[in-house]
Amino acid sequence: MTSKAGGLNPEGDGRSLLGIRWLLVGVGAVLVSAVVGVATGPVSIPLGQVVRELLDRLPLLEVDSSLSAVDRAIIWDLRAPRVVLGLLVGALLAGSGAAYQGVFRNPLADPYLLGIAAGAGLGATIAIVAELRDVLGVVDPVPLVAFAGALVAVTAAGTLSVRRGRVGSPTTLILAGVAVANFFTAIQTFVQQQNSETLQQVFAWILGRLSTAGWAEVWLLLPYAAVSVVGLVLAVGPLDVLAVGDEEASTLGLRPRAVRRAILVVASLGAAAAVAVSGLIGFVGLVVPHAVRLVAGASHRRVIPLSLLFGAAFLALADVVARTVQAPAELPIGVITAFVGAPFFLVILRRQMAS
Amino acid sequence: MVTRKILGPLLVIVIAACGGTEASNATSGAPAAAEGARPERIVSISTVATEMLFAIDAGDRVVAVDSMSNYPAEAPATDLSGYQPNVEAILGFAPDLVVLSYDPGDVVAGLEAAGIATLLQGAAYTLADTYDQITALGAITGDVDEAAVLVADMQSEIADLAASVQERDEPLSYYHELDDTLYTVTSSTFIGEVYALAGLVNTADAADPDGASWGYPQLSAEYLLDADPDLIFLADTRCCSQTAATVAERPGWETLTAVTNGAVVELDDDVASRWGPRIVDLLRVIVDSVNAIS
Repeated sequence: MTSKAGGLNPEGDGRSLLGIRWLLVGVGAVLVSAVVGVATGPVSIPLGQVVRELLDRLPLLEVDSSLSAVDRAIIWDLRAPRVVLGLLVGALLAGSGAAYQGVFRNPLADPYLLGIAAGAGLGATIAIVAELRDVLGVVDPVPLVAFAGALVAVTAAGTLSVRRGRVGSPTTLILAGVAVANFFTAIQTFVQQQNSETLQQVFAWILGRLSTAGWAEVWLLLPYAAVSVVGLVLAVGPLDVLAVGDEEASTLGLRPRAVRRAILVVASLGAAAAVAVSGLIGFVGLVVPHAVRLVAGASHRRVIPLSLLFGAAFLALADVVARTVQAPAELPIGVITAFVGAPFFLVILRRQMAS
Repeated sequence: MVTRKILGPLLVIVIAACGGTEASNATSGAPAAAEGARPERIVSISTVATEMLFAIDAGDRVVAVDSMSNYPAEAPATDLSGYQPNVEAILGFAPDLVVLSYDPGDVVAGLEAAGIATLLQGAAYTLADTYDQITALGAITGDVDEAAVLVADMQSEIADLAASVQERDEPLSYYHELDDTLYTVTSSTFIGEVYALAGLVNTADAADPDGASWGYPQLSAEYLLDADPDLIFLADTRCCSQTAATVAERPGWETLTAVTNGAVVELDDDVASRWGPRIVDLLRVIVDSVNAIS
């Protein structure tokens, strides 16, 4: 061990280099998944033409891609927004998952823990049943109301776990989240059964709308994604301090409960916005942070940024599979994330056990 | 919870696609009553059966229909659920015949135990199934002649409509939209058979070649843009508020021939999803749309 003087990291440069290496791999994975996502689909467009078309959009470059109007629409109106949305949703789900696991010091915590899925599901159901689309005209109200529902559920879980100004333990918050989720699911099921003619639409939303997403959904998600990603990256230091325990964190000058609450707000905002535009996509928030932890170490300085990057790449690639494996039919992306994610995770887990 | 939510849509598809896989006409319970006395208090827990009952003049003996049975307007609507039929609620109407399209629990068994005659008619897969169901309904309600007349009328009207389709060198293609996430039908479905009568070729057949999605696949948007169907039929005008205008606004869809040619046809969701007597009306709309294309 050749620890340099003044280095905060007791494990030295070797680990730092490892971190930078993984960061570069993560950025590479995002770029590769983006290009693969734009270049792959049920309709085959030659890779050379796709690359020329992409280069043509770069400033100061003029390249003739000789694409037809339909192919150009497929790339820019269908595939590109879908890839961007997949990257954003994947980053938010994995990043918030990593944050939840850190905040609760619970390896099973995931973005849906505090009732986000149930709240969003209830919001979407209400928007569909009340035919809010007819009220608001062109703006699709479903993601907006789903987002509101998710925030209401998270806030309820958070508020209910506070009593007389005393914040409950992480376990209290998790239990409050489970109770709120069940309560919201009960209301959602009731509303849905009262309006069975909307069943198909409600389920279509729950299964995920990535397949028909466009730039409108990207613009809707982007501001929340920006706030959440910046917040999560800023949270890496406090999360590492929290990891040593509340008492130790207090002696280090941190107010554990306030910090925990702030991180939860940031993570929940991103997760709620992601769920609102994409429907429920399971497994990403659980598997990606754990996989990252297994290969790159447990420090949140690595886990959070790498979860954001690999979550983005993972979901964008999962979406490529979703739209090609049964082409020209679509497969719900949640099926892919679980089907591909679970074995992949088990392989890493077993390799870790062997070493 | 997540598992249940994922399984949900499958259930919906099962309800929609294969309501009665076992048999399209299953009569049970109190057979003597069914053969002898003419039922005077009929409860219909099936939108299609409701339409059929009124079309064979048995409507005046229908005392209750399920909450989704919205046609004809004089059908005695109740809050009975077709998705989760409740035996007690049905018995509350003191029926002597109950017609269902779907038996999720033991509704038929429960009604049988109460000595009520039942007729379970699942989704029709072909027009022939529809005719069989109308005939079976006529037999059990005692309106045999009316049922025979209805079937003969439907058959001749459908034959006339099919004969009125303009001859073309190249058949036209179509896409039939079930919802705005691009769930659609293939030509192997009941509705696919109706389109085939108008000489149309289905764009989505490649999406479910082996019937793994029961003929109801979710189609890829880019495949649809590339396939460029001549006609787009919207069976999601009610459920999902889709119109020719909203379709034209979808990203990339402005490149479609059907959009630029004004060949986006707005259907009534109900007419387009029921295998009852109004299938003739559906075929008329389809044939008119086909003949409007030069």
